[in-house]
Amino acid sequence: MRITLHIWRQRNASDKGRMVRYELPNVSEHMSFLEMLDVLNEELITKGEDPVAFDHDCREGICGMCGCMVNGVAHGPLPETTLCQLHMRHFKDGDELYLEPWRAKAFPVVKDLVVDRTAFDRIIAAGGFISVATGSAPDGNAVLVPKDNAERSMDAAACIGCGACVAMCPNASASLFVSAKIAHLGLLPQGQPERERRVTAMVAQANQEIFGSCTNMGECEAVCPKGIKLENIALMNRHFLGANWAGREGVEAD
Amino acid sequence: MELDSKCPTGPIETRWERHRFNLKLVNPANKRKYTVIVVGTGLAGGSTAATLGELGYNVECFCFQDSPRRAHSIAAQGGINAAKNYHNDGDSVYRLFYDTVKGGDFRARESNVYRLAAISLDIIDQCVAQGVPFAREYSGYLDNRSFGGAQVSRTFYARGQTGQQLLLGAYQALERQIGTGMVKMHPRSEMLDLIVIDGRARGIVTRDLLTGKVESHIADAVVLGTGGYGNVFYLSTNAKGCNATAIWRAHKRGALFANPCFTQIHPTCIPVSGEYQSKLTLMSESLRNDGRIWVPLKKGDKRKASEIPEAERDYFLERKYPSFGNLVPRDVASRNAKAVCDEGRGVGETGLAVYLDLRDSIARLGKNVIKERYGNLIDMYNRITGEDPYQAPMRIFPASHYTMGGLWVDYNLMSNIPGLYVIGEANFSDHGANRLGASALMQGLADGYFVLPNTIGDYLASNKFPKVEASNPAARQAEQEVAAITQRLLGAKGTRSVDACHRELGKLLWEDCGMGRTAQGLKHALSQIPEMRERFWKDVKVLGTGEELNQSLEKAGRVADFFELAELMCLDALERNESCGGHFREEYQTPEGEAARDDEHYSYAAAWEFRGVGNAPVLHKEPLTFDYVHPSQRSYK
Repeated sequence: MRITLHIWRQRNASDKGRMVRYELPNVSEHMSFLEMLDVLNEELITKGEDPVAFDHDCREGICGMCGCMVNGVAHGPLPETTLCQLHMRHFKDGDELYLEPWRAKAFPVVKDLVVDRTAFDRIIAAGGFISVATGSAPDGNAVLVPKDNAERSMDAAACIGCGACVAMCPNASASLFVSAKIAHLGLLPQGQPERERRVTAMVAQANQEIFGSCTNMGECEAVCPKGIKLENIALMNRHFLGANWAGREGVEAD
Repeated sequence: MELDSKCPTGPIETRWERHRFNLKLVNPANKRKYTVIVVGTGLAGGSTAATLGELGYNVECFCFQDSPRRAHSIAAQGGINAAKNYHNDGDSVYRLFYDTVKGGDFRARESNVYRLAAISLDIIDQCVAQGVPFAREYSGYLDNRSFGGAQVSRTFYARGQTGQQLLLGAYQALERQIGTGMVKMHPRSEMLDLIVIDGRARGIVTRDLLTGKVESHIADAVVLGTGGYGNVFYLSTNAKGCNATAIWRAHKRGALFANPCFTQIHPTCIPVSGEYQSKLTLMSESLRNDGRIWVPLKKGDKRKASEIPEAERDYFLERKYPSFGNLVPRDVASRNAKAVCDEGRGVGETGLAVYLDLRDSIARLGKNVIKERYGNLIDMYNRITGEDPYQAPMRIFPASHYTMGGLWVDYNLMSNIPGLYVIGEANFSDHGANRLGASALMQGLADGYFVLPNTIGDYLASNKFPKVEASNPAARQAEQEVAAITQRLLGAKGTRSVDACHRELGKLLWEDCGMGRTAQGLKHALSQIPEMRERFWKDVKVLGTGEELNQSLEKAGRVADFFELAELMCLDALERNESCGGHFREEYQTPEGEAARDDEHYSYAAAWEFRGVGNAPVLHKEPLTFDYVHPSQRSYK
C-alpha cells in the first residue's frame, strides 16, 4: 500500500525544525511502523539524505524507548500498543500520516523524533524505590502480599516510562507516570515505611522538572500503551494528602 | 598463558563461603577513595552499580540508551529460577546445580554453577524486598511454575514481564544511588575502548552519542555488563541496540574470548514475515507448559490447523521425549523444530514454522486461566501476526536468543586483564554450552548483587593504584584509535547501508553457524567473512558527521565488530569437533540424532587470544573437571 509521511525534521535542539513530506509507495501490511521507517531510512541513505532519527530498542513494546505522535496521537491509533508493535495492517492504502516528537517542555527535542526524557529518571531518583541494601532482605515468603494487592501493584508496575502520557496531556503532566510508581510500591507491604516520603519527594521533583498539573483530562490513560489506569492518580493524591496531613516533609513551595 | 580459574577446592557446598572469607576487605572509610566504572545497566550492570554504590564505592555508570531502565534484560518474559523448594517437590540447591551443569551439557565450571544455585535463594528475597510484584497465591505466598527443562516448580515470575520487573527493581536501586551521588550516570554514552595501563584495566573511552565527544574515563577497576552478541545474526530476539562492541574491543586489548560458538537458538519465536524484518520476537517458553507443539504428519499439508484431525497431527516432542515432552531444553526443541521443517512438514506461508497449540489447555483449564498466565504473550502474538491464539494455534520458529560464550573470567568474575570484570551474559562462566530457561536473570543478578561486590573488594584491597590522569598516553592513544575508526567509517562513502551489510553477514552465519553446523559449512563461512568484511569497510555508506547524534554511525561501529567476532565464532565452532548443547555439529550425533559430546578431547573452555584482524587467534584451554555431576549423555526421553 501507499503511505505518505510528513515527518518533523530538526537537526538539533537549536534548529527551528520543519515538517518534510515523504512518499512510500510499497508498504507491506505485515511491517511494523518502525520497519516502515527503516525502509524509508534505507531509501534516504541510498539517495544521500540524512536518515530520520528515532529512538527504539527492543521492538517488543517493553523497553519504552520508542514513540512519537502519529496524527496527533501518541503511539498512533491502536489502543495499548507501542509504536514498535503497531503494524501497518491497521492503516489503509493512501493514508497520510503526520509524525512529530513528544511535545513537552520537560522533554526537549534532541533531533527529529528523539527527545530527552531524563526528567523521568530524576523523578525516580527522588524517591521511586524501596531502600533496601543488598543482602538485608528477609525470606521472600516472610511478608505475605494479598494476591489482589500484588495484581494491582503489577498493573501499575507495568509502566514502561515511554512518556506518551506526558506527550498527550494538554498540561504535559507526568501524573500518570509518577502515580504508577507510587501505586506499584505503595500497594505492597514492603513499600509502606517510605510511603509518605516517596510521594512527597517524587511530586516535588516532577514540579521542579516543569511537568504540568493534572486536571483529570484522561488523555494519558487513553494513550498509555500498558493500560495504566487513571485511578493510580487518585491513589497518589490520597497518599500525597495523607503525607501532608501527617506532617512529614511536605512539598516545598515553588 | 596459564589460565587460572581460581576456583576453590574442597566440599562444593562451602566453596563460596570459604572463598569469600579469604577475600580481602576494603575498609568502609576507604571505599569512597576507589572509583569503579560499570558499563551497561541491565540486570548485571544495574544491580552491581547499585550495590557498589550502597557499599560506598565511587561509581561511574554508562549505558547507550537514554535511560538505565531500557537495557534488554527488560524483555525477559518467563521468570527467574531459585531453589526455594516452596512447593516441597524435591527441589534443592544441589538439584538446581545438577540441572544447570547437565543442561549446559557439561561445559561449565562446577564451582561457579554451585555458587549460582546457592545465591538464587538470596536473589528472590532481595527482589521481593525491593517491591518486585511477583505472582502470588491467594494466600499471599509466592507462586512458582515449572519452566523449560525443569521437573520441579522453581521459577518465580511476574506475569510475562519478569525481566521488566527485576530490571526495574535494580534500576530503582541504582537511581537511589544516583540520587545520593554515589553513582554518576552517563546515559547515551557508548564504550568504544578499554584503557589498559601497566597491564591493568584503568578506564574506558566513550563516545557521547548526542555530541559525538570522545572522552577517557579513568578508574581503579572496570566492570562490563554489556550483554551478549546474539545480534551478530542480524535477526535475533535481542534489542536492536544490543552489541558486542564493549567486550570485543576489550578482547582486542587482550581479554580472552571464551566459547564464542556457544550460542543459543530459542525455540519459541514468531516466524519471519518478510525481507524488511528488523528483529524476531520471542514468545516466552513458559508457553510450552500449556502449549503442545505439533506439525502435520503429512508433508506439504496446507490445510488449516483446525481442519487437521487429531490422528494426522504429529506432536513430535511428546512422541520422541515421552518424559519431558514439550519441556525439553531449548536446544533440543529448536533442533527438532528445524528437523520437521527440513522434512517439509513446516507450516505457514514459508513452511518455516511449527504449531504451538493452546487448544487442549484451554479446554482443560478454561480460557481465563490461560489468559491470566499468558495474556500479554497472546496479545503480543495477536498484535504482530493479526491472528488469535485462542482460536487457532500459534506459529513458532527458532531464533538466535542468547549467547553462552563471552569474555573469559575466573571465579572472581575477573578477566585475564587484572581489574577488568565481566558479568552477566557478557561473560562465559555459568551456562556451559546451553542455558536453561529462567537462568539468565538468575545469573545476571547473582553476579551483580552478590558475587562481584564481594570479589572486587579483594582486588582493590590487594593492589596499589598509582594516580592516572585522563591525559595519560595510553588513554590518548585509545581516543585517537576510536576517532580513527569513526573517520574511516564516515570516509568510506560507499554505496551500501550498514543494515544491508549486517543482513548479509547474518544470513551467512545463520546458514553456516546457526542451529546445525558442519565442517564444510564453517569453512565456507570462514572463506566468505574476510571478503565481506573488506567489502564492508570499502563500501559502507554512513552519512552525517561524527559530532552529532548519528545512529548510522553507531550501528556501523557495532557491525564492524560483528564482522570480526563472526570469524572467531566460526573458527571456534570448527575447532570443536563434537556436539554439545547449542553447538550442534552434524557430523557428531548419536544414532538417535542427539548431540554426541567428546569428553575425552573437548572437556575444556576454549579461550581465544586476539592477534590482530585477519591473523589466526591463539587458543588457550581451561580444562573442566567434574567431581560431583558426572558427565553422561543428556537424555530427556
